[in-house]
Amino acid sequence: MKLLVSAFASGLLFAIGLAIAGMTVPANVIAFLNVTGQWNPALAFVMVGGISVYSLSYWISIRMGATPNAALPRAIDARLVGGSVLFGIGWGVAGFCPGPALVAAASGSLHAVVFVAAMVSAFWATRRADAHFRRRTASAPDNG
Amino acid sequence: MTQIAMPLLGGAMVGAASALLWLVNRRVAGISGIVGGVFGAPASDRTWRLIFLAGLVLGGALMSRVLPAAFAPPATPMWLTAVSGVLVGVGTTLANGCTSGHGICGNSRLSPRSMIATCTFIAAGMMVVFCMRLVCGAGP
Repeated sequence: MKLLVSAFASGLLFAIGLAIAGMTVPANVIAFLNVTGQWNPALAFVMVGGISVYSLSYWISIRMGATPNAALPRAIDARLVGGSVLFGIGWGVAGFCPGPALVAAASGSLHAVVFVAAMVSAFWATRRADAHFRRRTASAPDNG
Repeated sequence: MTQIAMPLLGGAMVGAASALLWLVNRRVAGISGIVGGVFGAPASDRTWRLIFLAGLVLGGALMSRVLPAAFAPPATPMWLTAVSGVLVGVGTTLANGCTSGHGICGNSRLSPRSMIATCTFIAAGMMVVFCMRLVCGAGP
């Protein structure tokens, strides 16, 4: 029960923070990425605020004996870089990343609803394709 | 001043929300991972994701009433918004994270993966905005 209450509180606070930060206005995101035009660095401060609070909490918890999540992937590969390129392109086109898009969709914005529908379909399709290829690789004869 | 104060305050709240999820649930607050993980996850791993999303959606609905100025549609035509949604969905799944999971949580953990991902998606975003201004001509 405690876990569910904290998950709910986290989601709620996350959404309020994103809206206050200005992340739910795509024009703010575009202005942050527009380094060769009228650059607006405001969104860098969202990152500064977020990293300050999170890193402090995280490293104190580690000092107090929390074990880092060993299940997180470590590889620096084409998948990481290629995926980040695709994500960056999509982010720069409309100005939405996943969190703010969901929050904006909840506000009733049709654009955000369409974005979220497309994004969630892509989450599903990519995971399906991934599982499919992984199965094929696993069942392929070993060349070793 | 509010130019800096509001992003800083909002960012700190996002950081606090993510910290709560780590400290109590031992989970990484990556939105793309939380949503994408709903697919194919066993029921025991699905509930907290849906509850988190319920909080997120309620927060969005709440803020659209309290602070309507914090919401605006993008400048793109609808079809391009949909295309960008697909790119974001595929890209964050392959890269295992987005602005929250890599940008805030991963960088705070000093994860080399997240630092590379963050630099890459910001650089790609800047490139796209530059190209779109070239193609569309107008824009500040």
